[in-house]
Amino acid sequence: MSDSNNNPGHDVVGRGGHRPARDLATVGHGGDPIEDPGLHPHVPRPTDVDEAAEKRAERQVATLFGLSSVFAILFVVAYITLKIGDKPTLFLGYGASNVALGTTLGLALLCIGVGAIQWARKLMSDVEIVEARHPSASSETDRTEAVAALNQGITDSGIGRRPLIRNSLLGAMGTLALPLVVLLRDLGPLPEGDLSGTVWKKGMRVVNDVAGTPIKPEEVQIGQLINAEPAVFFEEENGKPKFEGSRLNQAKGKAAVIVVRMRPSDITPAKGRENWGVEGILCYSKICTHVGCPISLWEQQTHHLLCPCHQSTFDLANNGKVVFGPAARSLPQLPLMVDSEGYLVAQRDFDEPVGPSFWERGDR
Amino acid sequence: MRLISARLSAKRRSPFAGLVVLLLALLLTGGVYAVVSPASADSSPTAQSTMQQGRALFLVGCASCHGKNGEGIVTDRGTQYGPPLAGVGAAAVDFQVGTGRMPLARPGVQAPQKKVVYNQQEISQLAAYVASLGPGPAVPDKSAYDTSQASNADIVKGGQFFETNCTACHNFAASGGALPGGKYAPSLHGVSNKDIYEAMLTGPQQMPVFSDQVLKPSEKRDVIAYVKSIESAPKYGGSNLGSLGPVSEGLFAWIVGIGGCVAFAIWIASSTTRSKKGVKA
Repeated sequence: MSDSNNNPGHDVVGRGGHRPARDLATVGHGGDPIEDPGLHPHVPRPTDVDEAAEKRAERQVATLFGLSSVFAILFVVAYITLKIGDKPTLFLGYGASNVALGTTLGLALLCIGVGAIQWARKLMSDVEIVEARHPSASSETDRTEAVAALNQGITDSGIGRRPLIRNSLLGAMGTLALPLVVLLRDLGPLPEGDLSGTVWKKGMRVVNDVAGTPIKPEEVQIGQLINAEPAVFFEEENGKPKFEGSRLNQAKGKAAVIVVRMRPSDITPAKGRENWGVEGILCYSKICTHVGCPISLWEQQTHHLLCPCHQSTFDLANNGKVVFGPAARSLPQLPLMVDSEGYLVAQRDFDEPVGPSFWERGDR
Repeated sequence: MRLISARLSAKRRSPFAGLVVLLLALLLTGGVYAVVSPASADSSPTAQSTMQQGRALFLVGCASCHGKNGEGIVTDRGTQYGPPLAGVGAAAVDFQVGTGRMPLARPGVQAPQKKVVYNQQEISQLAAYVASLGPGPAVPDKSAYDTSQASNADIVKGGQFFETNCTACHNFAASGGALPGGKYAPSLHGVSNKDIYEAMLTGPQQMPVFSDQVLKPSEKRDVIAYVKSIESAPKYGGSNLGSLGPVSEGLFAWIVGIGGCVAFAIWIASSTTRSKKGVKA
């Protein structure tokens, strides 16, 4: 709009501007192989020419905005009077509160939207505009001036001639990052050795999660899955659980395991893992080595364990090897044995850290 | 004995008389033993015939995949065409045949639930035959899965077991989920208590087994009570769109929500406010 003098294709056809649009459009486009049809002749809206229609449209818009206020107030009334969860199947299986809140707030927003559109279409100024494209770069003079000003600044400050000042400034700005690093580093304690081990130790019983039932090998059938935990989470000391609250959750997040049983002939143990299972019963970490989701999606016929988060798939018959998905390391295996009373227990803690990779883990 | 046979043979002069007497004696001994010896449940005439009828049904409907004696059939590639059935127990048959999963319409990765082919009597006969192949879990008694007495505490406990053991495949609201390679964990809505119990007990298809020693019968009942409580829980948050999580919610938002806005915008732009009606100029 600003360069109307330079652009012969730009013009405004307003109310009463009834000159043929063809003339206006053909200027500057004479060489086109297909003739520019130009704009349609302007037809006024009823609200432009009929005062009664204009008044009616005005009232419509105001009514819509007014309705919106009414619905907003009804929303507040419904929110206060209707109890959430009261008569939860009143309207087509939905609760009165749900339906009332949704309907009133939805209609309040809709009325504002419809009112605004009605306003724009019926009452706001109605003109056709032709606006030709213009280059987005600044004018040549502006650009030359900007470059000159920049060069002047460099010369005046002498940043090129005084490297001592320039380098010490850069150094000061770089050093300013150190306080930031120290502050961020001190936001919490480092995990230290917490990540490399779990609460599993020699002789600790493997028990069913939730109930804490210890498990004997003969109670586990081929194809069975047990979401298990170390027995220590269900033990008490001086009348209080040994693990509680966030300490329990953190320990549980690392020590959770799954126990599965398959035919011993289906298992191909790696070298050194031949005696890690008990008659085809194997125990693996339940924490995915990708980003640490709990995995227990066990296909008993394929011996595949699938992580529901990113579809990493581990072959538990083949030492927890990754067969699909983004996980990079095999699922850690917990060596099992049977204690003197015949219950399944751990031979020792995991040989490697469980769960996702971390900085200090190295390439273990 | 010899004296009698000698006298008989002397009177009738038949060379077979001795043999006949011997056979009679054997029959008598066997008959007396059969009457006097403690009869086991399986050898009673009705159980015997139930099992035999089951075997007859098995040979017609099941043996083509599972083998004539339920020993299973292995393909040339070494995979199982039909698995061996010794030890799967009556509960497995009652579940697989009773929900229409067996007999399979065609070999595939999933045995879908479909119309039940056998009636309850035939299912019992098949179950009796398969149970005779090897020891396995029996069809559970009704008291094992009756949840009418379940308290709120039981349902909460069942929920904990459900979230630990079942949600990975069957979804947090028990509406089922996808597994790799075209397999899926079915929805648990509308599944009978007995079927849920038998599925946990026997581990059909890819589902793992949850044996009664590890997940106790009372704990299984709590799990069932929880699943049923989800089914009957009112939808406080409005329509749950099948409780399938972000998939159905995303589809609804993109198709109905954004699609509706686009359609509304097109409708606004398609009708003009200009009309000759009422134009005075």
